[in-house]
Amino acid sequence: MSDNFGEVFHSHIWEEKAEPDNPFTAAACYCRGYDVYGDLLSKATYIEYLYLLFKGERPTQEVAAALQLLAIALANPGPRDPSVHAAMAAGVGGSPAASVLMAALASGAGSYGGGREVLLAMQAWIDCGTNLENWQRYLSSPQAPSRPLFWPQTEHAPGFDPHGVTCSTIVTQTLQQLCRILPDGQLNWLAKEQPALEKAAGIPLAMTGVVAAAFTNLDFSPAEAEMLTLLWRLPGAAAHALEQWQRGFRQFPFFSLDLENDPGVTGLKEKT
Amino acid sequence: MSDNENTNAVRSKMWREEPEPDNPFATRAAYIRGYDVYGEMLGNARWVDMLYMLFHSEAPTPAQADTLEALAIALANPGPRDASVHAAMCGGVCGSTAASSLMAALAVGAGQLAGGREVFLAMENWQACGTDLEAWQQRLMDPGTTPGSVWPAPEHPPGFDPHGVRTTTVVKQTLACLARYAAGTYLPWLNENLDAFEATAKAPLTLSGVAAIALADLGFSPEQGEMMHLLLRLPGAAAHALEQHPLGYKKFPFGIVELEGPELKGQS
Amino acid sequence: MSGPDILKTFEGPMRTKVGACFPGERTVFRGYDLHAEFKHAEWIDLYIFSITGRRLTPIQLKVLQGIWVYTSYPDPRLWNNRVAAMAGSARGTGAQGLGAAIATSEAAIYGRQPEITVADFLIRALKRTEAGESLEQVIRQELGIHKRLLGYGRPVATLDVDERIPVTLDLMQHEGVEIGPHLKLAFEVERVLSEVAGRPLPMTYSAMVVSIPMDMGFSPLECYLYMQPCFIAGMIPCYLEALERPEGATFVMRCDRLEYDGPAHRSWD
Repeated sequence: MSDNFGEVFHSHIWEEKAEPDNPFTAAACYCRGYDVYGDLLSKATYIEYLYLLFKGERPTQEVAAALQLLAIALANPGPRDPSVHAAMAAGVGGSPAASVLMAALASGAGSYGGGREVLLAMQAWIDCGTNLENWQRYLSSPQAPSRPLFWPQTEHAPGFDPHGVTCSTIVTQTLQQLCRILPDGQLNWLAKEQPALEKAAGIPLAMTGVVAAAFTNLDFSPAEAEMLTLLWRLPGAAAHALEQWQRGFRQFPFFSLDLENDPGVTGLKEKT
Repeated sequence: MSDNENTNAVRSKMWREEPEPDNPFATRAAYIRGYDVYGEMLGNARWVDMLYMLFHSEAPTPAQADTLEALAIALANPGPRDASVHAAMCGGVCGSTAASSLMAALAVGAGQLAGGREVFLAMENWQACGTDLEAWQQRLMDPGTTPGSVWPAPEHPPGFDPHGVRTTTVVKQTLACLARYAAGTYLPWLNENLDAFEATAKAPLTLSGVAAIALADLGFSPEQGEMMHLLLRLPGAAAHALEQHPLGYKKFPFGIVELEGPELKGQS
Repeated sequence: MSGPDILKTFEGPMRTKVGACFPGERTVFRGYDLHAEFKHAEWIDLYIFSITGRRLTPIQLKVLQGIWVYTSYPDPRLWNNRVAAMAGSARGTGAQGLGAAIATSEAAIYGRQPEITVADFLIRALKRTEAGESLEQVIRQELGIHKRLLGYGRPVATLDVDERIPVTLDLMQHEGVEIGPHLKLAFEVERVLSEVAGRPLPMTYSAMVVSIPMDMGFSPLECYLYMQPCFIAGMIPCYLEALERPEGATFVMRCDRLEYDGPAHRSWD
C-alpha cells in the first residue's frame, strides 16, 4: 500500500521521556504538561486527573465535586440492568475477566439506558438548549440520527424512561444533589422544567437524562460523555460478575422459555 | 432446565434495591453493603469509597482510600505506546464505536504482558510467598503451568519486565508514593527490599507488578485485582481513542510489513 | 398499555420462535429440528438461515461464502486486525482478541458502517430510479445531506479498482449467479458519482458485498449481520503470529515515536 501514513503517534494529551538506557521505557510521563508520576500521584484526586485527561485543564472544585457525584451515581447500575446482567452471565460461567467487561460494555452501550442514550440526549441539549418550546417540539417527535445505521432505531425520547410511571427517587436525588453543586446551567433548568418536559415526552426522566444534562452542564462533548458513561458503569458489572461466579451458576437465574413453534420430537415436518 | 419459584432471583450480599410504590421495575432506593447510595453517599463519599465497597464488605479506612486513589491515577493512562491504548486508538481513529474501542483496550489489556492476567498471576504469587524471599526464589524458578488453559503459557515472571534494564523511574515513584500510605505490609516492605526482590526474578519490577502488590495490600483477591487492573487502565484508552478520531487515520502510524519466505505459493 | 404494564406482560416464561435446547434430547432452531433438518448442512447455510429464516440455493451460498474468503486479509496493520495482533502480543486469549477485533470492524471508514450505509442508500436509490427519477439527482440530493457517499472511494489505494471486485464478478459468473438490480445500480452510481464529484471515486467492496445479498432479497440489517464473520480468517493469523513473536514485540514503539503537541511542562502545586 503506497498511501502515506504517519510515522509517529500524535498527541496533545500525553508525552513520554525515555530512560537514558532504554528507549522503550518512560522515565517520565506528562499529562497535558503535568508530570504524572513525579508530581500528580500524591497531589491530585482521581477525578481531577480524569478531568485533566479528557479536558486538558484542572477542574474547579465544583466541577470536581459534580463529577465525583456522577461517578458514584453511575458506578453500579445494579443486577437488573442489562449491562450488569450480561456481565453476570459471563462471570457465572467462568469467562475471563476481560470478557465479562466486554459483555458489560456491549450491553451497556445502547440507546436503552446505555452510553448511546446519553450521547443522543446530549445532542438534544445541543439542538434544543434551554428553550422549552424547542424541547416540546423535539419530544413530541424525536428524530433519530441518520448515521451510523447499525444502531437499532431509538424507541423512546433519549433521557427518559419508556417504562416509568413517575421519576424514580434515585433519579430525583441525583438531580437534586447535582443542582446543589452546580446551581446554574442545564441541570437547574432541567429540575425547574422537569414536569413540563415529562409531560411532553409522556414518560418520566431517567438517570441517563440527568447524566446527559450534567455532562452538558460540565461542557463535555457527547462523545466524551458517552465514553465516561461506559467507563463509569463498569465497576458494578465487575463486582456483580465476581459475586455470581463465587455463588455458582446453579444459584443464577436461568429463566424458562415458551417455545412457540416447536416441531415436536420428530422434527422433520416441512414448514412453509 | 426447569425453574421453580426462586430461580429467577439474583442473590447478592452487596446490593439491595427497593421498588417505587407505583412501579416494581423502578428503584426507590439502592443500598451498597447497607449504605444508601443515592440518599446518603452522593455528595458525601468519594468514588474510591464506592469502588472499594463494591469488592469489600466494609468501607475503606482513609489510608486504604488514599492508596486506591493514588493507584487509580497511576494506572489511569498507560499511554499510547501501551498495547491496550494502541488497540483502542485503532478503534477511535477509524470511527469504530466507543464501546468497541474500550473492548479492544480490554482484550489487549487483559493478557500476561502488562495486563490483567499478569496482575492475577502476580497476586497469586504474593498470596503464596508474601515477604519470604526464599519462597519467591523457589516459585519463580518453577512457576508451573496450567495445562489446557486458554491463556498462552507465561513467558516471564509476572510483575517483572522481560525487556527491562532496571527499575524505571515511574515504577520507583509509584512504589514510593503508595508505600507512604502504609495501607498494608507488602508495599512498605518492598520499598525497603526492592533490590533483593528483583534479584529473585533477575528482572526489574513493572507498574503492573506494583499494582498487584498494592491491590494485595488493599485486601483484593487475585480475581478482584485482575478486574480492578482492567477497569482502572481504561480511561487513558478512552481519551486517546477520542483524541485520534479528529486527527484521522492518515496521521496514525500504519507501519510497514516485510513478507518473509517465498512470496507467492501455489500460484497457477 | 403503558409504563410497567408492558414489562409485566413479559415476565414469566420467555415466549420465543427462535428456538430452545432440550438437553439430552434435541434442539429446535427457528422451528426446525437442528440435527434432523441441518444434518448435512454447510455452516454458511445455517448462518444465513439464522439471519433470514430462509435457505438459499447452493450457488448463492457459494458466492456469499466467496465474499468472506476474498476479504480475509491477514495484514496486521489493518486496524481491526491490529487489535487481534495486539491481544496476541500482550498474551491475551484468542476469544478476547477476536471478539474485540470483530467489534472494532464496525468502523466508520471500513467494514460495517460503510456497508450498512451504502446498502440503505442503494435501496432508496433503486426505488427512486425505478420510479423514473434520474440517478444524478438522487446522488446530488444524497450529497446534500451527507458530505460523502460511503461505499465509494477507499481509504487506502483510493484511485485503484478494489481488487476484490473482479474476482467476485468472476465467481458469480462461474457459479451462474446473475448481476441483479442492486449491483447493477452500484456500478452505475460509481460512474455518475465520478461525474458529479469531478474526480474518480471507485466503488469499494462495501458496495458490492451488500448489493449481492440485497439482490438475493436481504435487508440492510440482514446484510450487516451476514458480514459479521467476514474478516475472522484474516484476524486469526495476526493473533497467532503475534504469539510466535516474543511478547511485546509486535508494533514496538520507542518513547520518541510519540509526538506530543500539548501544553508545556507545568507543576500541580
